[in-house]
Amino acid sequence: MAGCVPERVQENKDYPGMTPEEIQKYIDATGVVRRHCAIHDGSICTSDLCQKAAEKLMADLGWDKSEIDLLIFVSHTTDYKLPATGIVLQDKMGIPTSCLAFDITLGCSGFLVGLGVMGNLMASGSFRKGLLMVGNTQSEYASPEDRSMTLLLGDAGTVTAIEYAPDSKDEINITYMSDGSGREFVILPDGGSRNPVNEKSFIMEDCGNGIRRTRLHEKMIGDEVFSYGTHFIPKVYEEMRAKFSIEPDEVDYLLLHQANKFLCEKLRKKLKFPPEKVPYNIQEFGNTSGATIPLLMVTELQKELHDRQLNMLAATIGVGFSLGVAQIKTHGGIVVPDLMYL
Amino acid sequence: MTLDEFVKAFAAEFDDTPEETFKADTRYKELDEWGSLIALSIISMVDDEMDKRVTGADLRNCSTIEELFNLVESK
Repeated sequence: MAGCVPERVQENKDYPGMTPEEIQKYIDATGVVRRHCAIHDGSICTSDLCQKAAEKLMADLGWDKSEIDLLIFVSHTTDYKLPATGIVLQDKMGIPTSCLAFDITLGCSGFLVGLGVMGNLMASGSFRKGLLMVGNTQSEYASPEDRSMTLLLGDAGTVTAIEYAPDSKDEINITYMSDGSGREFVILPDGGSRNPVNEKSFIMEDCGNGIRRTRLHEKMIGDEVFSYGTHFIPKVYEEMRAKFSIEPDEVDYLLLHQANKFLCEKLRKKLKFPPEKVPYNIQEFGNTSGATIPLLMVTELQKELHDRQLNMLAATIGVGFSLGVAQIKTHGGIVVPDLMYL
Repeated sequence: MTLDEFVKAFAAEFDDTPEETFKADTRYKELDEWGSLIALSIISMVDDEMDKRVTGADLRNCSTIEELFNLVESK
């Protein structure tokens, strides 16, 4: 697996909309010190980050493009409304037209959903080599006058290469939860078919607490996401434990979606994992939506994924609401190139 | 959990506000220390102690600690 982030760094301490004390308080609560953000002029899209990561990963794996028969792109920041970015990538990367390529539009849960979809498609034996690309460049969607979003969101693209290997001992078990009653809590209201763009879409609205955004910016009601995540992730985790006989002592790492450190720490304590088993990289990258878990594996577990067997749990909550808890067991030999920059 | 215990647990989430400030009829959003992080801590405390989910809207809609307690109890 591999990851790529924009070279450009935004330091939260440089944000002009808050006092240094307010910014430090924000950093202490969320854990986000800086973020890698593209300039959103079309020069770097999520697909570009994923493509760069994929080209290097395939070279390191010794995979030939002609072998790829499945490409899934998971993102809310697609190149176009149509066609699907996965299909655009087929052409740009020179992958055979015989491959199945499509998009899944999901945010923070994107990696675990994509992994489940790809894993199940591959388990049938119909596909042999697949690329799961998960990323977002959603710092684009944050209003510069909404500190709850603009200081939180970072951009990243990841790729996970999955091969049909019936004899492999590697194992992935996932439990999901989808609850559209939470759709109003993380939403970009206008621009889809339900609320087409109109002249009102561009008006900066005062949303209280000094936050201003248009209806083309992403809105997040943080306390509702927190309430949902802290309540239901532990419940889904308990279901997982029972269903797959998971012994917490045998788990090497709990990989939490890097939503914000406050939420992650509450979850870590609720799930009863010690700090040394719960890695973070939110301080460097912010919340990169669906990319956080694979990015965490690339930056924090690169060597261990290659050198030894790992029993990992991963948990995520995000836009939808869409929630997933997974157990991922690997047995070493995972190829993880150094993090890339674009 | 009784109302008294709830008030105590509610108060424990605050760092700077003296415990004796907190009564069943305390209008919590008017406290100086009230803010988004305390709100999240209350959500988490209720989940831990009572296994009930308080939403952000619940916290906005209730005024006193007792109102919140009754709402949680009714869930």
